[in-house]
Amino acid sequence: MSTLAPVLAPGGRGIIGLKRLSGGASQETWAFSVRTDAGEETPLILRRVPGGESSVLSGNAIGLPMEARIQTLAARAGVPVPRIVHVCAPEDGLGEAYVMGRLSGETLAPKILRSDAFANARARLATECGEALAAIHAIDTGPLAELPASGGLDQLARYEETYLGLDLPSPVFDLTFQWLRANAPAPQPPVLVHGDFRLGNLMVDETGLVGILDWELAHRGDPREDLAWICVNSWRFGNAGKRVGGFGELEDLLAAYAAAGGHAFAPEDIDWWEMLGSLKWGIMCMIMYEAHRSDADPSVERVTIGRRVSETEMDLVNLLERAAK
Amino acid sequence: MSTKPSPAELIEAVRLFLKDTVRPQLEGHTAFHAKVAENALAMVERELAQGPAADAAARARLQALLGADTGDTDALTRQLCEAIRTGEVSLDTPGLLDHLKATAIDRLNIDQPKYSGLAIATKPDNS
Repeated sequence: MSTLAPVLAPGGRGIIGLKRLSGGASQETWAFSVRTDAGEETPLILRRVPGGESSVLSGNAIGLPMEARIQTLAARAGVPVPRIVHVCAPEDGLGEAYVMGRLSGETLAPKILRSDAFANARARLATECGEALAAIHAIDTGPLAELPASGGLDQLARYEETYLGLDLPSPVFDLTFQWLRANAPAPQPPVLVHGDFRLGNLMVDETGLVGILDWELAHRGDPREDLAWICVNSWRFGNAGKRVGGFGELEDLLAAYAAAGGHAFAPEDIDWWEMLGSLKWGIMCMIMYEAHRSDADPSVERVTIGRRVSETEMDLVNLLERAAK
Repeated sequence: MSTKPSPAELIEAVRLFLKDTVRPQLEGHTAFHAKVAENALAMVERELAQGPAADAAARARLQALLGADTGDTDALTRQLCEAIRTGEVSLDTPGLLDHLKATAIDRLNIDQPKYSGLAIATKPDNS
């Protein structure tokens, strides 16, 4: 990798502090720095496809070259994202990979939600998320012809097929599939959707949002998917009273989204998508349990997450109860 | 059969061994996995204590809902899933949501009693 140093930073001489970061289901993420002749250090991130490792959640991932292209377009549109420094070629010897800038900040939800250091950031985060999503959704997807498209009903059908195949019967999930299908809103014109917009994938510092990470589930779809995913109770990390990510009000998110050029949505426009989001997360928990059960990737973490299905069943019951009134 | 030490006592002892002796000597991802393992054992402890009553209550509700008098909870749950898929049972069916809510509450009291959605479901003004 040190042969890449001059490409990654002007005057780059060597690589220091290479360290594998945890997290990332289907890709390896490494932190390192390039040291220059002048003794300066440029902090960077390498993302690469793992060498032969199983990746149960990678079925919908778009591939690293596409991620890099989207992040470049997003940066150009003023979205806070790490800048793409280099997309690796076969002669770089790293396989499918790219290098991007390393932002400094916090991604751990409990710290962002509970530390005093982030009090100011929390106060503006819903607004900043609304602005960032409006900018993402306004990106012209013309240059991204191969980017997959999936709307709400497409996802419902795909997740139902997965659910039925797992043979883990949940009456709450079955009822939710039926209800969502019978009550689906008319689709919005498709836009570039991030696909996993929530705490954990947002880099935040004391001043607010500094970067949107993990674009591997990006697709063409309905803008309400992104606005609702961050509202799913599982992503409020215990602060259920704050509908946006456990830190903000939905009205603020939607007002900032509309003010920045996005469609003017009402809070109730988000309900259907929030219910779909809870259902999807519940089935993702089942998929992770299945990776243990099938011996594809057995671990105490994978088997235990199977018991988080009941969290989403509870959330769905609460949402269905509201819908039935 | 009443065997001492009971399963619950054995599991609790292993959980506390992990928590008090093993985990302090670990770091990074392994320490995290040890914590997950403790959580898994705590779930089993709660299931041993609460599971039989929760299962009996769920079975009684399912029998009333489906008009069935045989079958264990798993078989009746499968039957309910089928009835929902065919549209025979829906959100409007009297007793369905009550059963699903009671089941989810019992399940979470075992799996994750601190989950925020449980507090929402059980707060007094949520009727």
